Amino acid sequence: MTIRRIAWTLAVLLAAANATAQVLTEFPRTAGGRPDLSGVWQAVGTAHWNLESHIADYPVLLELGAQFAVPPGHGVVEGGRLPYLPEALAERDRRHAQRLTEDPEGNCYLGGVPRSSYMPYPFQIVQNERDIVIVYQFATGFRRIFVDGESEAPLDSWMGWSNGHWEEDSFVVDVTGLNGQTWLDRAGNYASANAHIVERYTPIGPNHLQYEATIDDPTVFSRSWTIRMPLYRIVEENYRLLEFKCEPFAEERIYGHLRKPGTAPPEGTSRQ
Amino acid sequence: MKREACLNATAALFASAAATAVLLAAPLDALAQTPTVADHPRTTWGVPDLSGVYAEFTVAPLQRPPEFGEKEFLTPEEFAAFEQARLEQVDEDDETTPGTPADVHYDFGTFALSENEGVTSPNLRTSIVTMPANGRIPPLLPSAVARREARAEARRGHEFDGPEFRSLTERCIIWSSTLPPILPRGYNSNLQIFQSPGYVLIQGEMGDPRIIPTDGRELPGDLLPQYNGTSVGRWDGDTLVIETAGFHPATAWRGASENLRVTERLTRIDHDTVEYAFTIVDPDTWAEPWGGVYPLTLMDAVLFEYACTEGNYGMANILSGERVREREEAAR
Repeated sequence: MTIRRIAWTLAVLLAAANATAQVLTEFPRTAGGRPDLSGVWQAVGTAHWNLESHIADYPVLLELGAQFAVPPGHGVVEGGRLPYLPEALAERDRRHAQRLTEDPEGNCYLGGVPRSSYMPYPFQIVQNERDIVIVYQFATGFRRIFVDGESEAPLDSWMGWSNGHWEEDSFVVDVTGLNGQTWLDRAGNYASANAHIVERYTPIGPNHLQYEATIDDPTVFSRSWTIRMPLYRIVEENYRLLEFKCEPFAEERIYGHLRKPGTAPPEGTSRQ
Repeated sequence: MKREACLNATAALFASAAATAVLLAAPLDALAQTPTVADHPRTTWGVPDLSGVYAEFTVAPLQRPPEFGEKEFLTPEEFAAFEQARLEQVDEDDETTPGTPADVHYDFGTFALSENEGVTSPNLRTSIVTMPANGRIPPLLPSAVARREARAEARRGHEFDGPEFRSLTERCIIWSSTLPPILPRGYNSNLQIFQSPGYVLIQGEMGDPRIIPTDGRELPGDLLPQYNGTSVGRWDGDTLVIETAGFHPATAWRGASENLRVTERLTRIDHDTVEYAFTIVDPDTWAEPWGGVYPLTLMDAVLFEYACTEGNYGMANILSGERVREREEAAR
């Protein structure tokens, strides 16, 4: 075996090893030269608690103790505060006060956009030339993003209607057709069904994406505003999304008042 | 009286717009032959291209009507009569009897959800099940019957106590049209296949996307129980072969145990058709493996979000109806 042959064999073996290793040294690209967003991603931070900067706070139920207390965070809103119109700010505060019963996350409802991007659950992107599909672990959320598409939402929906295009290395997604029933975080922040959202996914390192979302919603806000945070690649080998079928966990919250009097909700996993 | 119309989920509205109320007229005798296609379309990275939106519904019933015996295919003339009878059977516009669930359920026809209002895959088979040769699902083993009885016993008298006693489908957790093996159900029996290098993704109209790696990895040995199992895929020539195991015991698909293993084989046999074949192996439930085959038909359609639990008024109505019944009974 010649030196060249050995070197070639080694190169092939190394390439094979790289194919299974998930910690990448440069951001992968498709055959067409676009960034390949395929992979499992997750935001790390406290945006799901509150988009705005916030200090630590009591849990929504005191019985939950420190385990479920609200951790502090610097916030992800450009400029710090959300530019609510006065009545909308009052509505946000009302929702915050009622979050134990009104936050749709507690009902296992689809998270909507942009909330699904920074909930504390991983999501997977599957990419080809025509479509970029995102599968969210929470409530088995699903989005099909039409690449270079200009399709219109046939109806409002929980996850909205997405058309995307590339601007240099950024994948820019235009989202409309949201039904306004989702919240933006656990603090009661919200947008209406008139929200128009533009997301940007931009590689900022081999294993990181910058996630940006600009929300324009004149029903609720005095001007458009932007959130920005990194998404982190799940680097564990052969990682796969596990099911998070949250419907059973929400049933008592939704249907408990309709339970047969004198019966108790199931405990543990025995009846799932 | 006619059934009252009410809407369970937003998806229903769009279905009426998306559903093509046409029965596909296709060269039926071609379907009676073993598929041979020389030039399958390929993705840019070189694997067979199965992508598209497909209809699952086919006129062939899951199990063969006993009168057909081991007759696997109908002649086109026999098919015409069979199809007529089958579509009449699923016609939802019948008069219903007051006091029955059918009488108060919404009319599938109103929302174009009836099986005969969507795309129907042409199929000369007398049944989807092809193995064993009689086209019938083998009987459950006594141990599987005992498991099913135990589950029924645990529910008996409690069917309407709380949501946990209702079926996993009523609870928006699993659907027979999306979990492996994929089989047509009453409505929204459509799916979309996406592909990327190393992955195939099957998204049913009812939800539950299955992300199937085709990057050479094997099923892990220590599978966690999942309602839809865990799948890996590989290419066998032009056929996508998917192996699934690791089912949650509660899935209990047709009485199966958590040791159920499903093998699916998807082959594009012509421009508009992917042949879907499946094999069921579960020695704790059936003495022999069994399986079947049916066509998936390409549609020019876009799937719309099926937000199930978000619009599950059915569950609330089932439980509140029973509470009313209990109160009325107590007052008597």
